[in-house]
Amino acid sequence: MAIQEQLKKMILDVLPDVDCVIGWGPGPDPLRGSPFFMRKPEDVESFMAGPMAVQNPALFLPEYKGKKVGVVVKGCDSRSVVQLISEDLIKREEVVIIGFPCDGVLDVAKVENALASHGEPGEITAVEFSGGEVKVTLAGNTHSLKFDDVKADKCGRCAVPNAVMSDFFAGIAREASGVKDDYEDLAALEKMSLEERFAFWENEMSRCLRCYACRNACPMCVCRDHCVASSRIPHWISQADSTRDKLMFQVIHAVHLAGRCTGCGECQRVCPVGIPVLLLKRTLSKGVTELFDYAAGMDTESKPPLLTFQVEEATIKERNW
Amino acid sequence: MNAQNKFISRAKLADWLKELSSRFEVWAPRKEGEGARSVVVYRPFEAEKGLELDRKPTESAKHTMFPRSETLFNFRRNLVEGAPSLELEEAADPAPRLVFGLLSCDARGFQIFDPVYNGSGTNGQAKDTYYLKRRSSTVLIVKSCSKVLSTCFCNWVGGGPASTEGADVLATEVQDGFLLTPVSERGAAVLDSSLLAATNSDMESAAADSQTKAAAALPAAPDLKESQSALLGKFDNAAFWQAESSKCLSCGACTYLCPTCYCFNISDEAAGYNGVRLRNWDSCMMPLFTMEASGHNPRTPKMGRLKNRVGHKFSYYPSLHGGRIACCGCGRCIKSCPSSVDIRRIVTDAIGFTETVGLKEQNNG
Repeated sequence: MAIQEQLKKMILDVLPDVDCVIGWGPGPDPLRGSPFFMRKPEDVESFMAGPMAVQNPALFLPEYKGKKVGVVVKGCDSRSVVQLISEDLIKREEVVIIGFPCDGVLDVAKVENALASHGEPGEITAVEFSGGEVKVTLAGNTHSLKFDDVKADKCGRCAVPNAVMSDFFAGIAREASGVKDDYEDLAALEKMSLEERFAFWENEMSRCLRCYACRNACPMCVCRDHCVASSRIPHWISQADSTRDKLMFQVIHAVHLAGRCTGCGECQRVCPVGIPVLLLKRTLSKGVTELFDYAAGMDTESKPPLLTFQVEEATIKERNW
Repeated sequence: MNAQNKFISRAKLADWLKELSSRFEVWAPRKEGEGARSVVVYRPFEAEKGLELDRKPTESAKHTMFPRSETLFNFRRNLVEGAPSLELEEAADPAPRLVFGLLSCDARGFQIFDPVYNGSGTNGQAKDTYYLKRRSSTVLIVKSCSKVLSTCFCNWVGGGPASTEGADVLATEVQDGFLLTPVSERGAAVLDSSLLAATNSDMESAAADSQTKAAAALPAAPDLKESQSALLGKFDNAAFWQAESSKCLSCGACTYLCPTCYCFNISDEAAGYNGVRLRNWDSCMMPLFTMEASGHNPRTPKMGRLKNRVGHKFSYYPSLHGGRIACCGCGRCIKSCPSSVDIRRIVTDAIGFTETVGLKEQNNG
């Protein structure tokens, strides 16, 4: 049985015991899926997994505190679930986790870029995945793209294709690609002088609309309605439309996520104006990995290094240099 | 309008916009960001940064008329003993603007702003001078749409790819340039340039063809006349709104990309005794929108926020403004929504359409 069918069966089995099962379903066109909340058995017919499982459904879990919900997760999504549990932001017994071996998900923006000379994603009438290829029909013509060229960046460095933790798992766990995350995406930024880097961010942030999609799409951003960005007393962030204030918020967001961010990349994916905000979080993740040898969302018993304190850190040499 | 249609070739377009820059602050769409992150935004025209007239703009042209952050006035408190005083300094009047290449849906968006800001709803009592000064000094050159995206639905709400409503000039792509049709006196005045050529009958018929074709490419529109009462009827139906809003993140992407969302907040930004009073875009999707001074927030769940956004556009606003729907159907809220929330689906679900025209693949999510 194909994985999608196995998943549907698992969802149907879980459905009677939960408020809803969160997964993925169709969106406004064949290229764009959508988070999908299944409450009735007939909803499950439209469930989609595979390369269209783009969004991170763990985002919604804290909203359902006190109720039991099911969630279908890719490996990366499962790290968010684990991190939420480890910080006691959701309860393990209130979530039924359904995992599957993930082969990577589509980056809609990359498809848009690859086919820019032919039209826009909104003109796409069919998308078909087969054997490492994506066949996209746009304005009557079918274009073949290599899936590797249009999958999300995070999938290229993925070490966790299967759910870290699950109650049910469809199919057979997949081997990780074995590619080590070398933070290559940060190289260009790190080569810049501080002045150049600041200029880079000022230029990028000049497009920011302050819609806070980055914040609201982050499963670990749990202040929700009590964010520093809207605090008036104290007045942390000016309401003036300045790039510096916008960057200030991004820096606060990134620092708040240091050691907690699992790198799901939703903050950057959802930015309507294409600001590479994940670079800030990745910079801090790299630091946390190097300083504390820690990766978020791998173990419900572990504590993010900045949420705890040790007199002697195993990986930081403070004395006897 | 008796003025003549004109033609501008793509090759001469930048020169024309440069020429117009001597009389106007010219704004136009251009590409920003690299590779897959690139987007199309409306910016003050700079010839060397180019124009993007083929891809539909990611953001609406709203900020050309209604800035994201606008200085209302500057203030300075003088604490002179015995004679403390407060000095206020008015913001300077805006320079005349010309926006080239906005979409017909974008221009119609300002038509939805107008009754709110021009005092027509308050017998002229509440006129927003900041908005009206800019509105009356801005020329809009609308580019007629030649392609229909999956998220486009201007025809649901009274628009069309070549609608001239709110436009001063309509630019239709023909041959290697644009046929320019003056719609208003202001529009006719900007077409007086030696860089513009006379049109010929081939161009005229090509323009008419392209407009007809684009209109025909839009899927048939459902009748939304029931939306006002249907959304009111669903006002207290929590199950309905919970289902419709499940996947909503309650971010402001929809609001801030929307050509018709006109809400704002006012705040003082002060350093010591000096400061500025700002008006900023606000969004009903944000918690602060309804936060009361006591700290109580009557609208906490996200379903209430989404209900307000949809209800305002398709029910409350039309009930105050002659039935006009406060949505121009540009579809940006669908296209750029992190969760693909589809406002068309919510409205048609509220009305109770079982089969929605043009929404084959959709679900309640």
